Amino acid sequence: MRDFWRRFRRNKGAVVGLVILLLVVLVAATAPWLFPGSPWEMAGAPFAPPGEMGMLLGTDSLGRDVAAGIAHGARISLLVGAVSTAAALLVGVTLGAFAGYLGGIADDAVMRFTEFFQTIPSFVLAILLVAIFTPTITSVVGAIAVVSWPPVARVVRAEFLSLRGREFVQAAEVLGKSRLAIVLTDILPNALSPIVVLSSLMVASAILLESALSFLGLGDPNLMTWGFLIGSGRSVIRLAWWMSVFPGVAIFLTVLALNLVGEGLSDALNPRLARQRGGAA
Amino acid sequence: MTVSRRGLLAATASAPALMRVQEALAQGIAPRRGGTLTSILTPEPPVLQIGVNNQGPTLVAAGKIFQGLLTFSPTLEPVPVLAKSWTISPDGKEYVFRLQEGVKFHDGQPMTAEDVIFSITRFHFEVSPRARAIFALIDKAEAPDPLTVRITLKQPFQPFLLMFDNSACAIVPKHLFDGQDFRTAPAVQRAIGTGPFRLAEWQRGNFIRLERFADYWKPGQPYLDAIIYRIVPDSQSRRLALETGQVLLTQGSDVEPFDVPALRSRPNLDVSVKGWEYFSPVAWIELNHRVKPLDDVRVRQAISMAVDRNFITQRLWFGVGKPATNPIASTTRFHDASAKIAGYDVRAAAALLDAAGLRPNAQGVRFTLKHLTLPYGEVWSRLAEYLKQSLRQVGIALELESTDAGSWARRVGAWEYETTINFVYQFGDPTLGVERTYVSTNIQKVTFTNTGGYANPKVDELFAAARNAADPKDRQAAFSAVQKILCEEVPQIWLMEMAFPTITDKKVRNAVTTGLGVHASFDDVFLTA
Repeated sequence: MRDFWRRFRRNKGAVVGLVILLLVVLVAATAPWLFPGSPWEMAGAPFAPPGEMGMLLGTDSLGRDVAAGIAHGARISLLVGAVSTAAALLVGVTLGAFAGYLGGIADDAVMRFTEFFQTIPSFVLAILLVAIFTPTITSVVGAIAVVSWPPVARVVRAEFLSLRGREFVQAAEVLGKSRLAIVLTDILPNALSPIVVLSSLMVASAILLESALSFLGLGDPNLMTWGFLIGSGRSVIRLAWWMSVFPGVAIFLTVLALNLVGEGLSDALNPRLARQRGGAA
Repeated sequence: MTVSRRGLLAATASAPALMRVQEALAQGIAPRRGGTLTSILTPEPPVLQIGVNNQGPTLVAAGKIFQGLLTFSPTLEPVPVLAKSWTISPDGKEYVFRLQEGVKFHDGQPMTAEDVIFSITRFHFEVSPRARAIFALIDKAEAPDPLTVRITLKQPFQPFLLMFDNSACAIVPKHLFDGQDFRTAPAVQRAIGTGPFRLAEWQRGNFIRLERFADYWKPGQPYLDAIIYRIVPDSQSRRLALETGQVLLTQGSDVEPFDVPALRSRPNLDVSVKGWEYFSPVAWIELNHRVKPLDDVRVRQAISMAVDRNFITQRLWFGVGKPATNPIASTTRFHDASAKIAGYDVRAAAALLDAAGLRPNAQGVRFTLKHLTLPYGEVWSRLAEYLKQSLRQVGIALELESTDAGSWARRVGAWEYETTINFVYQFGDPTLGVERTYVSTNIQKVTFTNTGGYANPKVDELFAAARNAADPKDRQAAFSAVQKILCEEVPQIWLMEMAFPTITDKKVRNAVTTGLGVHASFDDVFLTA
């Protein structure tokens, strides 16, 4: 573990990313204390510029505090990112492991099914799903999960394909371990590092997807999200730039932080790759 | 009684009064011939044949191509257009219109009484549900001579004249429609009317160009050479086009309410919210009375008292529109200013809910309602968010649902909603535009009927009395009584008398002179040098 942290630390960008990410998590966790009450509350005069009337980041067209919106929005964004990634991982890892370990017809069937999903542009599919199931937090998370599992399935399958012929797997088979036990206790732990790296990037893209949906007015209308803040501020950008700029910065920083952390994780988990990259540079 | 009606009729027939008003509006500047008026239409109309399509943008552009027998002043007095004068028999059943001389359609054919009768009894009767409901009262329509139309009704119907504006009954050429399917006849695409401008060019998705009609029946008019309506789908581009002088006139929802204050302060622009008196839409929170506890009058009163209508008109609509005081808009006939809903009072609202036995739970929530956000653009989403916040203050949790325009209309029509926002045109008279929302005989699974399901026999009776009475005094008495009852029972939560900004460059004169504003023919509009 200490080794892992040392390797992670070597990537300066990753450390910066981790700090930003922790800050975002901290803001999300303390939002109910930092900004008590609902972020929809009309706390001040409409269109107050940042810094005026005690509003750190200004107010929107109804006099709602933009800072409160961002803090409460962080909760939703992180929640959507985490839950939809978890759901996508569950589906992707299961199908990938199934295909990679069994091979043959099972592999073919699962991969064709996966390709079917990969041929549809993911954002369009997400819009369609949310529009059909009416925008609620569940349908948004579901739609994001549905469009993000195929890459996971492919990565996991590739890992399983290469791992299942190794000696330690054969040894486990000879020992008479059940297939399920082999998959869960022998192969999966060894395939974990690419999954961890991939999932950190998936959280970032899930946050982006949710923001894009909310921006188009397809978010849950009862929840304050970053995408909603930008979407509602877009048309008045000439009147109140702060309404779209600050939530935009929040999305940018969070997604950037997640990408940096993902890269750091990749370096830390694949020391050989990292050294090669270091050598080349 | 009869004397007073005759008095009213005499007053309405005095047309020159309006001409003086128009001249006064021109501020003593003599009309100038020439020039092209550029404007915007949002969204693009599917066709320009009034009757076949009656949406807002169609009525605006086709209002220059077609004309009705009459139009209406801002106080809803009838003003002659194709009808030079008219008389109404003392029993209120016979209407005789004398037509203008020398009126020609854009294809050169003269307009006669036959065209007028065809337009009323066949064309609009068939294509427009609104016209059919009223024109079904016609017993017979005859033409004693080519310039006279005599219409006999089965029963007196006092708001009958209001049906003869261009937007309700445009006069169409019989020779181009007779014997064909009115909706698919080639004339629908050509849009041939008697108006001051004819359809010259239409590039779909780009612009509609109307040209001066040389044979127009008013000598020397119209003053403009052409009108161009551009199709600009983005609201910020529309605002920019207006600011830079690329377009000289915008109307309806072309400009978002939040842009209006900035445009008001520009020295080259005029902002008017007049010219919607004939339509006078009132927006309300539509409650589905089948959903508990909305059937309890105390709950409805509480909801009504929990919303701050001044906030809505000032902060959401930036002063375009005014707080509603009762179901009939103050610009519609028979509005009774003494009938008023209770004002904004959060405490009284909470007390009413307590009295109704709806106690708040640990989170302070008394009950939860779903709210179907009206999908007509951003300001309506903001309104839903405002309502959610203000009802939460009295312990009502509003759960917002978003939808698209088609689903909204379907769900409201099928009664599949708990609360939503709705507004309808009032067409100058409560019988034409208000009655439909409150009488139990109109509880239908159709959008813009009494979809809320409110039923009160007394209200039904009063609306029927007002509909059938021939005397305006009797009608006023019935309407006043019904307004009092409705203000007590608040079947729907009226929020705002809507208005739409008409924004013109200072060069444009006479854009809004009647109660129909930009829907008028524009034969008197001109550009100063």
